[in-house]
Amino acid sequence: MSITDGPGAAIRLDAVRKQFGDTVALHNIDITAAPGSLIVLLGPSGCGKSTLLRVLAGLEAASSGSVHFAGRDVTALPPAARGVSMVFQSYALFPHLDVAENILFGLRARKVPRAERDARLTRTAAMLGLASLLERRPAQLSGGQQQRVALARAIVAEAPVCLMDEPLSNLDAKLRAEMRAEIRALQQRLGLTMVYVTHDQVEAMSMADQVVLMREGRVEQDATPAELYARPATAFAAGFIGTPPMSLLRLQAAPGGAAIAGAPEHPVAPAEAAGAMLGLRPEDVAPTDGPGLPAIVSGAEFLGAETVLRCAVGTAGETLQARIPGNHALPAGTAVRLRLPPLAHLFSSATGQRLPLPSHAPTFA
Amino acid sequence: MRGRATLHAWLMLGPAMLLLVAFTHYPVVATLWHSLFSTPRGARPARFVGVENYAALADDPVFWQALSNNLLYALGTVPLSIGLALAMALWVNGRIAGRAALRVAYFTPTVLPMIAVANLWLFFYTPDYGLVDRITGFLFGWGPTNWIGSQETALGAMMAIAVWKEAGFFMIFYLAALQAIPPVLYEAASVEGASRFTVFRRVTLPLLGPTTLFIAVNALINGFRLVDHIIVMTHGGPDNATALLLTYIYEVGFRFWDTAQASALTMVLLLILALVALAQFTLLGRRTHYR
Ligand SMILES: Nc1ncnc2c1ncn2[C@@H]1O[C@H](COP(=O)(O)OP(=O)(O)OP(=O)(O)O)[C@@H](O)[C@H]1O
Ligand SMILES: [Mg+2]
Repeated sequence: MSITDGPGAAIRLDAVRKQFGDTVALHNIDITAAPGSLIVLLGPSGCGKSTLLRVLAGLEAASSGSVHFAGRDVTALPPAARGVSMVFQSYALFPHLDVAENILFGLRARKVPRAERDARLTRTAAMLGLASLLERRPAQLSGGQQQRVALARAIVAEAPVCLMDEPLSNLDAKLRAEMRAEIRALQQRLGLTMVYVTHDQVEAMSMADQVVLMREGRVEQDATPAELYARPATAFAAGFIGTPPMSLLRLQAAPGGAAIAGAPEHPVAPAEAAGAMLGLRPEDVAPTDGPGLPAIVSGAEFLGAETVLRCAVGTAGETLQARIPGNHALPAGTAVRLRLPPLAHLFSSATGQRLPLPSHAPTFA
Repeated sequence: MRGRATLHAWLMLGPAMLLLVAFTHYPVVATLWHSLFSTPRGARPARFVGVENYAALADDPVFWQALSNNLLYALGTVPLSIGLALAMALWVNGRIAGRAALRVAYFTPTVLPMIAVANLWLFFYTPDYGLVDRITGFLFGWGPTNWIGSQETALGAMMAIAVWKEAGFFMIFYLAALQAIPPVLYEAASVEGASRFTVFRRVTLPLLGPTTLFIAVNALINGFRLVDHIIVMTHGGPDNATALLLTYIYEVGFRFWDTAQASALTMVLLLILALVALAQFTLLGRRTHYR
């Protein structure tokens, strides 16, 4: 799914494929991004995010397929001619140049007149709070300051497309949250089209207009954060999004419907669902005093405002998680009853694809 | 307690100090001492003459020729060997086929002993059928040239050997420095639209700065030190055309056995090298620490 299509798209990838020797890093990738939107490339380590970003930047040539920026075919163009700026994961600041010269590097190389150069430097430095650091060398800056210099170098170029490879991975949690908001605000204020690589799903969900979830060089799902959360297209997507992610449980035929494997006396879905996988968001599962699915607590994790209970269900080794407000760190072995939400996510156990829900789903458990 | 600590300190310093004193400090002081006395000959013992040996040096035209030869030699070989080393390192560092073999090839002159190098080049310089004459004859139609036997060409011929010998060694340092530059800096520069020349001028060259300084100092010291091939090939001739300070010291000290005069010469050389070292330390001290 894509937000915009056709010549109005700021970025369009057509069947992009990248191969390193025998390893295929990217299988036919199709992505479209609307102008001024923030696309997050999300996925586990080694799934091809950096490779895709480098193909976009022109640092790596695609083995086949084409890349279009604002309707222009840039597949064969070198990085400099593509109108992109990039923030590298390691910042890639020039160690021998001070902050001002680092920011101005590209403008000097492109022979931008001095007056304009200085104006852009002043503006960008002020925007990123670097005005007092302009004479320092990168080695004299903190990690967060270095990151802002890298960001400033990308922004001062005023390129229509800005690429970022895990720019926040080296920062502490607090700084990361601040920078996240800062980057998002900046991107919206300047109307940049941004492609942002991360393997942190919280970062993806909180920043993106569009999340491209990747797995082993393929696009697993391309959707808005809300859609990705509400309707994960595959079991992989379901298991990747959410803290903790969705619990996936095998369903078996049982008297009166389909039940979680090993717990046949408690049907949780209509009979058609037998053989599929049931997805349950931990935040929708809660212990109850009334009737519910019997389970045994096998572990508890106290997170401050809430507690995540890991519970074993039935005799076939199925587990599910429940995220409940407050401190409820029950000892392992405690018997509980769980209230389950209405049936919302079913996945094929063979292909992992999302399955349509049975049309007349009665309430269970 | 304190006395004990002091004793320990001396014990630890002892071995290093013993070696330094025996092989560095004592010889320097002894040389200075000898340079202030006359050379003992037969029944005539050495007697104190003050700066007379130095005054004699100032009146010695061969000394002045050796000094100016040596300055020319240093000023010629230092920039040439550094420039060549940088060019070779940039080339060998690039993506070319047979890179490993090329690196070894360039490094070979460094591992050859200087005497072997001298023999090799003696053949290259042979008039008429030597390699150099063959090439100049083929390219420019020049007749046979006695490269190391004529006054005009001898010093240049010696300098060429030094450059050939040194460039490969310095190349290794440049190669190491080039490989220490993170590739992501080049990627960043290419995204920023820098041309190859701009990248070289604004990224590569500044990042090689400390290496260049280190190499320059070593090259300069070698400019006064690396004379084995001259001793073997020309003995400083013809007519002192290739006489350098060190070859002249050898000649005065071990051919004429004028040890006092040789001591004075040695002090002059030491002074020059000390100045070079001093320049090194002030420059190194001021050099930008950016890592
Ligand atoms: N230059 C290369 N040569 C060979 N294989 C490569 C090269 N670059 C990447 N790969 C392979 O391509 C795949 C994708 O790598 P990529 O760097 O894009 O992963 P990533 O999603 O960015 O992972 P991470 O989150 O760990 O950074 C990996 O299997 C990797 O081993
Ligand atoms: Mg990566």
